[in-house]
Amino acid sequence: MLGSVPEIGHYALTLALGMAILAASLPMIGAARGDRRLIALSGPLTFGQLFFIGIAFASLTYSFVVSDFSVLTVAMNSHSAKPMLYKISGVWGNHEGSLLLWAFILALFASAVALFGSGLPAAFRARVLSVQAAIGVGFLLFMLLTSNPFDRLDPPPLDGNGLNPLLQDPGLAFHPPILYLGYVGFSIAFSFAIAALIEGKVTPAWARWVRPWTLTAWSFLTAGIALGSWWAYYELGWGGWWFWDPVENASFMPWLAGTALLHSVLVVEKRGAMKSWTILLAIMAFSLSLLGTFLVRSGVLTSVHAFAVDPARGVFILGFLALVIGGSLTLFAMRAHKLQPGGFFQPISREGALVFNNLILVTAVATVFFGTLYPLFLDALTGEKISVGAPYFKATFVPLMMPLILAMAIGPMMAWKRADLAGVLGRLKLAAGLTFIVVIIAAWQVTGGMTMALVGVALGTWLAAGVIGDLAGRIKLFRVPLGTSLRRAVGLPRNQWGVTLAHLGMAVAILGMTGAESWTTERLVVVREGEVVELAGYEFRFDGAEPVAGPNYTALRGHFSVFRDGELVTRLAPEDRTYANPRMQTTEAAIHSLFLGDLYAVIGDPDGSGGWSARLYIKPLVSWMWAGAGLMVFGGMLSISARRVRRKHSVRAGQPSPSAQAAE
Amino acid sequence: MPLVTKGPKPSQRKRRRLVMILSAMAVLALAAGLVLRALNDNLVFFMAPSDIQAGKIEPGRQFRLGGLVAENSVTKAADGLTIQFIVTDLVNETPVRFRGLLPDLFREGQGVIAEGRLDESGTFVATSVLAKHDEKYMPPEVAEALRKSGKWEEGSAGGDSP
Repeated sequence: MLGSVPEIGHYALTLALGMAILAASLPMIGAARGDRRLIALSGPLTFGQLFFIGIAFASLTYSFVVSDFSVLTVAMNSHSAKPMLYKISGVWGNHEGSLLLWAFILALFASAVALFGSGLPAAFRARVLSVQAAIGVGFLLFMLLTSNPFDRLDPPPLDGNGLNPLLQDPGLAFHPPILYLGYVGFSIAFSFAIAALIEGKVTPAWARWVRPWTLTAWSFLTAGIALGSWWAYYELGWGGWWFWDPVENASFMPWLAGTALLHSVLVVEKRGAMKSWTILLAIMAFSLSLLGTFLVRSGVLTSVHAFAVDPARGVFILGFLALVIGGSLTLFAMRAHKLQPGGFFQPISREGALVFNNLILVTAVATVFFGTLYPLFLDALTGEKISVGAPYFKATFVPLMMPLILAMAIGPMMAWKRADLAGVLGRLKLAAGLTFIVVIIAAWQVTGGMTMALVGVALGTWLAAGVIGDLAGRIKLFRVPLGTSLRRAVGLPRNQWGVTLAHLGMAVAILGMTGAESWTTERLVVVREGEVVELAGYEFRFDGAEPVAGPNYTALRGHFSVFRDGELVTRLAPEDRTYANPRMQTTEAAIHSLFLGDLYAVIGDPDGSGGWSARLYIKPLVSWMWAGAGLMVFGGMLSISARRVRRKHSVRAGQPSPSAQAAE
Repeated sequence: MPLVTKGPKPSQRKRRRLVMILSAMAVLALAAGLVLRALNDNLVFFMAPSDIQAGKIEPGRQFRLGGLVAENSVTKAADGLTIQFIVTDLVNETPVRFRGLLPDLFREGQGVIAEGRLDESGTFVATSVLAKHDEKYMPPEVAEALRKSGKWEEGSAGGDSP
């Protein structure tokens, strides 16, 4: 019985495909004809998909847990001696399994809409779920036709190939699921957009529904990207945290588009304007998510030729992308003119600021897109191999972001419709003064402070001061008694807190990136036992190295004691690990995080005469990046929770349309 | 819907649209300028030792060198940190000098990609030796370079067990 678990999984996947096909068609037809019975099928069919994909996912997980090497995917990617956590994370550490996870999360989101969407008009909800199911059909077909996770291997090997040791890490075990919750979360915004296009109307109520889902996706994507960056920082062992690698850009583009969407949906909700643009952004955010998934998983990034090795996959992916993007854009072209133009606003206004935000973010997406895909096109067309590295992105993306960050402090203070720019700038005088002082201090304190570092410090400080100044203004800090201010702070809508924290998070992250990028000091040394290396005011004493054994690796562990002014700060124990399956060496950096920076040590090879090569870093403000990302995610979640509370409240108060009170 | 339906005059709408389109074009033009400038300066070409032999790259220009680390070619200088090795595409060879810790995947007989420049003597001074986070031991560019040099046999290198 248990031996046929993979067949059960395969069968469940086929049933899920059948359900998805029904769910994509019947309720959609029902909504068009006003047939209530067909519309009512939408919910059960959605839960049915979740159920069967859930069974398939559980089957594959089981095969990994018991190391059933008669399943090809398991044999290729797992090993019996691997710790349990990595057996489970191995489920999505490969092409087939990650597709299954994708489909599972897609069904999960659809079910969440079915469950929490009781307030939506039934026909509209049926359309949303049908679009969602149609995406599911694409993924399930792709899996069953070209990438079946349950393919058997006969005869089964004695043991598996193992998982790349670099991926055997808690940070990376949860990176893909969280990233996928972000990617796939944008499918909801997409489905809402397509359903709205079919019905030919976009209303503030529509935007109120889309925003929490977009926020959810955005928060997960932010967390996923931060987790990936953190992993690269401590696991790859050379202290970098973002490489502008195509794999990273693939997740960064939907994040940028999603951030733009988050802001434009706000304009639709509050002012009824920017409707067709918002629809377009929703299509774009999800299309980039799809592109990202396929870019990373198809092998096209490592080589155009790898893509051609398995033409079935390549053709399917291209066809699917063309269908989703081309189809939705065609629908957009046919229906966009039907959308009523919304509230009018002056260029200098909150709406104007949000348009500016969108303009910059979308342009930024374009530059990243171009830099990421240009080498692929060139290779495919001419066979010439080039790479577009970090310098390109630093010369295009970074300057584009500067005006955006400047405007980020100003925008939230502007009034809707028509704002008083001079008044707003007047309120930012203090922030400007503070920024000036901090930059002077930074220039004087930090030796070798380059222009870019000072620009980064200026932008981060300006944004932080602007955000805090805005908050102080809202709670009338120092203008009324402190107790009243605190009461006002508690009474601020959670939405507002969400914006404040997310923007503050951005400021903190910018300062972190600046510190890590510009002020890192490093030394490459050969050390002997007892030797002391001085670096940026810290003294690293090497206390020797010893061999240690882990569950599926052996390692050499070095010991450093770090002193500052003669006082012990911490002990660092970096490792140089050799894994058995697959046979591979990895570097485990030892990191000690302080408020103002990280101490980072890597140990290398012995030189054969008692010395060890080692690389030591002081990386100022690095942990501010993760803290900033954490603030952004927290702000996003606060905003989501605020929306549910208000909806309950307005339902209780018996208001049919809460948009009246939301219009401030 | 609480939205104002009477709205502004069409001329006002038109002017707003014009302002938006103009500012969008300004931003796009700026971005296009940045992209073109960045591409001009920052395109990094990929070369194999035979390409260098053919004089396809001048000294001082940043590029990526790919090939196999020649067997028994890795030596460490007296400072314990400067490493010299030879990159080969099995037809031609290029000597490489690198100061730093080598990535975990670096091994004699395996594929390698290094970024840096040629000095006057024809030695490639690497600023970084790349370990892509990829589970394959053979970078595809290297496989392609070996295929071009005519020495590649499927399965002869880059398998799962080194």
